[in-house]
Amino acid sequence: MSATSIETAAPGRQIRGPSALGGDFRRFVNLTRTLAVTDFKLKFFGSVLGYLWQLMRPLMLFGILYAVFTHVVKLGSGVRFYPVVLLSGIVLFTFVSESTGGSVGSLVDRESLVRKVHFPRLVIPLAVVLTAYFNLLLNLIAVFVFMVASGVTPTWRWVELPPILLFLGVAATGVAMILSAAYVRFRDVRPIWDVALQLLFYASPVLYPIEKIGNDHLERAMMMLNPLAAALQQFRHAVLDPSAPSAAAAAGGAQYLLVTLAIVIALFGLGFMYFNREAPLIAEEL
Amino acid sequence: MERAANAAPAVVVDSVSKTFRLPQERIHTLKERALHPFRRSRYEPLQALREVSFSVRRGEFFGIVGRNGSGKSTLLKCLAGIYRVDSGAIYIDGRVSTFIELGVGFNPDLPARDNIVLNGTMLGLSPKEARARADAVIDFGELREFEDLKLKNYSSGMQVRLAFSVMIQVDADVFLIDEVLAVGDAAFQQKCFDVFNRLRDEGRTILFVTHDMASVKRFCHRAVLLERGELKLIGDPGLIADNYVEVNFGRDVGADGERPGEGPRFGSGLAEIVEAWFEDADGAPQTALPQGGRCTYKMRVRFHEAVDGADLAVLFEDDRRHPLFATSTSDNGKERGYDAGQDVVFAVRFDNVFAPGRLYASPWVVRSGGTDLLDRRPRMISAVVTGTRSTGALVDLPHEVLVETRQPGAPEAVA
Repeated sequence: MSATSIETAAPGRQIRGPSALGGDFRRFVNLTRTLAVTDFKLKFFGSVLGYLWQLMRPLMLFGILYAVFTHVVKLGSGVRFYPVVLLSGIVLFTFVSESTGGSVGSLVDRESLVRKVHFPRLVIPLAVVLTAYFNLLLNLIAVFVFMVASGVTPTWRWVELPPILLFLGVAATGVAMILSAAYVRFRDVRPIWDVALQLLFYASPVLYPIEKIGNDHLERAMMMLNPLAAALQQFRHAVLDPSAPSAAAAAGGAQYLLVTLAIVIALFGLGFMYFNREAPLIAEEL
Repeated sequence: MERAANAAPAVVVDSVSKTFRLPQERIHTLKERALHPFRRSRYEPLQALREVSFSVRRGEFFGIVGRNGSGKSTLLKCLAGIYRVDSGAIYIDGRVSTFIELGVGFNPDLPARDNIVLNGTMLGLSPKEARARADAVIDFGELREFEDLKLKNYSSGMQVRLAFSVMIQVDADVFLIDEVLAVGDAAFQQKCFDVFNRLRDEGRTILFVTHDMASVKRFCHRAVLLERGELKLIGDPGLIADNYVEVNFGRDVGADGERPGEGPRFGSGLAEIVEAWFEDADGAPQTALPQGGRCTYKMRVRFHEAVDGADLAVLFEDDRRHPLFATSTSDNGKERGYDAGQDVVFAVRFDNVFAPGRLYASPWVVRSGGTDLLDRRPRMISAVVTGTRSTGALVDLPHEVLVETRQPGAPEAVA
């Protein structure tokens, strides 16, 4: 039979070694989801108050910053819904910090998986981002409670929320791919990224409103190059306070936001390329 | 279409090579990299696999054996897709499941059910399938009453049971198994064997890395023997197992065996046991003696002075100093006198019925009818008895086994 001889020449599929994505998309999705759900569940198990702690962290930070910046340094004066602006900023920053910071050691920590099972390597950092998303969604519930309490009125512009979160997630994933793969080789990545996260916190309008930044457009436009800053600004404009400048307005025109978008896409593309290049060797380098 | 022996192979390994780069000094920090920008990290290449080729038929139980560091686990990891091969290609037909370690991905802080989903997903099930099979897994592992316990509170035996139960729930066409049997008690190992038998009967293809020659002979249809990354032999499990034992023991005999002249010795020195050795059936000196084969013990004795009558003797012992067998010239009526300066070769030809392990020879020469010891060399030489039939007993005599069935009231029948 001729079919048999062809099969003998190339039976089955070739085993090409580990890769970032792997061939089976459903398995990729299943694994990412299972790992993320497990990590998320583990937050509930083990501690008495379980998920409350997850909520407490941003709330505590919020409480402290709110006390300091409304009573000591009156940064929030003149900002509508300053408490909610502050809280939402903290929650979104927490997402970025959890997804990127958590991804740094993710491959190394899951060494036993990486060295013993064949699966698409990208699953691991992606699961970290997904877990951070779960936390973000629950934290956003707290934000919405505050919004209702503060008297924010719902508008149709809330539909902008999912794209904003997606935009932030793409940026975080790009960074997560770079950090996790780089950490396998260079252990300095962790302290460097810890510092970078602090920088990011102060380089984004979390504590202070963008209106307090200089008068010239250049400074604000520069600030809007930071994807987190742009996301926060747009969130404030679309969800909390339409009278606040949108990201485009702060950047001095929608065309400038395209640069920010390009940065995010470049981060993601670069991250994927780097991770994809490193993926086959991760099991050996660990 | 039925699974004929000449059907397409399930696994093809085509001249696969794999080299690891072992860094001599690892550059772990950017600072080191920045301080020495031009220093290439020096690597010592370690060739783990060298042009290995073989193919495995569908439904075959295939053993991969070799010493530590022979590359068998590397081969399995290449097959599993955990390592990328440097050259050559691997083709696998069908769904693959890898068991390099039981319970990969288990999390100690989660109860059994969550861990089943976690481990099952890692092994290739969808979460839905894994959840659907969780009950079957728990029942098979006999863990129903511990279902809600966190894994960290499981005993290690229970963890192994859980892990194994998940493993057998995974449908795959090709199983890659690495020394899973090394863990667990006898009952668990029996369970493993039962499952392997079932998988084999179902026509799954199994590649099995092991040190245990008994299971290779018991289960495998064929096997390969790897040595230093090269395929040394492929074929019948019995042949592979015998070669493995030789490769394993043949090399280190002499390394830790006592050398002639170095052990303790007793006696007046009128005669001297100069050397001793074992020979195989063809008369070639050997340090490894196949079990069941014919072999010869020989020693050369030099008489420095004339002795009226001397008795030459040898005692074989195992490594726990159990005396196994002794014989002498006087036992066989070959006692006689020797002249000064005479060289005598004393030989004992025997069927090697000893159990696999190290065999020591302690020869002596004594004046006839007395206790006047001329020379005695306890454990002067040793050889390794190679074989795979290990019963735990000291010897393995040629024998046959009969089983009689007797029906009450019926005439006697011999089966």
